[in-house]
Parts: sequence; C-alpha cells; structure tokens
Amino acid sequence: MSNIKHFTKGFFKENPTFVLVLGTCPTLAVTTAAMNGIGMGLATTFVLVFSNLFVALLKNVIPDKVRIAAFIVVIATFVTIVDLVMKAYTPDLYKTLGIFIPLIVVNCIILGRAEAFAQKNTVYNSILDGLGMGLGFTLAITLMGSIREVLGNGSIFDIRLMSQEAKTILIFILPPGAFLTYGYLIAIMNRIKARYNV
Amino acid sequence: MELVKIIILALVVNNVVLAQFLGICPFLGVSNKVQTSLGMGAAVIFVMALANLVTFLIQFYVLNPLHIEFMQTITFILVIAFLVQVVEIILKKSAPSLYQALGIYLPLITTNCAVLGIAILAVQKDYNLVTSVVYASSIAAGFTLALILMAGIREQLELTGIPKGMKGFPISLITAGLLSLAFMGFANLVK
Repeated sequence: MSNIKHFTKGFFKENPTFVLVLGTCPTLAVTTAAMNGIGMGLATTFVLVFSNLFVALLKNVIPDKVRIAAFIVVIATFVTIVDLVMKAYTPDLYKTLGIFIPLIVVNCIILGRAEAFAQKNTVYNSILDGLGMGLGFTLAITLMGSIREVLGNGSIFDIRLMSQEAKTILIFILPPGAFLTYGYLIAIMNRIKARYNV
Repeated sequence: MELVKIIILALVVNNVVLAQFLGICPFLGVSNKVQTSLGMGAAVIFVMALANLVTFLIQFYVLNPLHIEFMQTITFILVIAFLVQVVEIILKKSAPSLYQALGIYLPLITTNCAVLGIAILAVQKDYNLVTSVVYASSIAAGFTLALILMAGIREQLELTGIPKGMKGFPISLITAGLLSLAFMGFANLVK
C-alpha cells in the first residue's frame, strides 16, 4: 500500500506547480480559461506517464553519459504524438494552446521526473508518480484558469456567471493577471503549509 | 522598415517573458543580481540567433523537401541541445575569457523554452533567413531587458521587509506582474 504515496504526493505535498514551481511557462500562458487548463494538464499528464514508463523500462539500457539526450528523445516522441492527436481531434483547443503544445518537450516537470524518479524506480511506481504529478499539475492549472476566467471574463468553463454587461476585471485574462494570480496562489499555499505544518 | 517593426515588436511590445511567457524559468531563477543577468542575457542572445539560423536551414533544406514536418519538435530540440554543447566547446578552446563569462549559463540554455519556442514561431510566421535571425536576436534582447529590470528591482527588494509567506517566488511573480503591466503601455507603439 506504500506505493500509493507516489501517486498522492503530486496533489499537495509535492505539487509541481505550487510547491516545486516547475513548468511555469504553460502555467502562466494557457490559464486564461479553465478549459485550457484541463486540456494542457491532460496533454502533459499523457506525456509524463509515458515518458516515465519508458525511462523506467530503459533505465538499464541507457548509458549514463547520454541519458539526458535519450530522455529528451523519449519525451519528444510522445509530445509529437500528442501534437498530432490534438491537431486532428481538438482543433480549437490546439489553436488556443498553440506553441505550448510542442513546448511540453521542454517542460521541466517531465525531464525532472525522468531524472529524479523514473530512472531510479520500478516501472509501476514510475507510472504512479507520473500520473500523480500530471494530475496535480492539471488540478493546479485548472484552478488557476478558473480563477482568472471568473475574475476576468465572468464565466467558468464557458458558463456565464454574470450578465454580459457586468464589469469584469479584464486585467486577469491579460498577461499581468497571470503573474499576479500565480504569485498570490503560491503565497496562499505557503501560508497553508506553514499553518498546518505539512 | 519591416525589420525595424519586427525589432520593436519583439523587443518591447510582445516581450518574450512579460507578454508571451517563454523563458520564465531562467527569468525567475537567474534574476538575483544585475551582473549575472547580464551574463545570462549575452549567452541567450548568442545562442538564440545561432539556433534560429540553424533551425531555419534545417526546416527549409531537410524537413520541407522530405515532407517530414512532423519531426520538427524532436529535430529542433536535439539541434538546440547539440548547438549549446558545440558553442560551449568552441568557446572553451578559442575564447577562454568569453567562456569564463558565459560558461555556467550555457548549459542552462537548453532548458530555456524561449529558444525552442522562438525557433518554431519563426517558422510559423514564414520569416526568411534574415528576418528570422533578426527576430531571434531582438527577442533575446527583450529577454535580457526584462531580466536586467527584474534583477535591479530584486536587488532593492532584498532590503525591504516582505511578509513571510510572500518571500521568494510569490513576491518575484507579483513584481513580474507589475513589470508586465508597465510593458502593456507599449501596446500601440507599432501599428
């Protein structure tokens, strides 16, 4: 049962977005709406699970000196798959996320997990780790997307919460709002961690 | 005139860090001191201009003729990683003083998503060889500008009393938010 902690740690204790502060570029860039957060999060989770799986499988085959290059090839393969699948099946989301889909390849969460976890652990644990980290990331950026969408656009998941004429704080869906929301969320997270000693 | 427009757009209007959110990791990581951010900025300008030159040639003379455009991500990232290594080795042999100055920043650049991002964007924007390299250099100069501004502010922030929970990343992000707000003032600079 101790394996389960590899899965759960990604949600709070070692949340990649709010605690480890990795993968900041997509976190800031795509969170203008809650839906984008889910799309980006799930795409990253897919790549993370499969890269962890293959790195764990190949850990004894890859020579130590070229491991980073090898990891990048594994990751880039799955990013290309996600890229092509999203282009075909979710063209609207693909267009919104734009450049940040191919850029999953340089998302430090993925290379970080390959280097820090998958190359030292079993295949099963690596999949759990990838899934937990990926879903923790998804949860975090969806939360951020929701906050920005509610404040900046008066809607959540495209469902209107305020009337069309209601004034919203437009700045939250513009670039400065991304930095401010992210900054305050990490500050809140720090407070919670200090208060409850987790 | 076209080039001037590209330069101004890339430098301030669509600043790579503050408006396009590329290269946030080094932006937050290396912006402690003005001196180090100058070193990082110089290394980024050099590598990005070179990376765009090489990826442009690969896109038009290898990927396009062979119709394997879907290999773009994987080829570009490997080329960039390779390029950074080569630059490091060459500098070490031929320009030791420059290597001393840029040395530690070079390996960090492989993980700078701005390098890959701008290489892909330049292809998407249909730039030719010259505009592509000019675009990359001005984007990198914009990165350096943001980095130096941020470092200057953070050096001052060291001396102020910041609430405990806000120390570290939160205050840096909020500072970046205010900088980004200021940069929005450039929005209508070029029509």
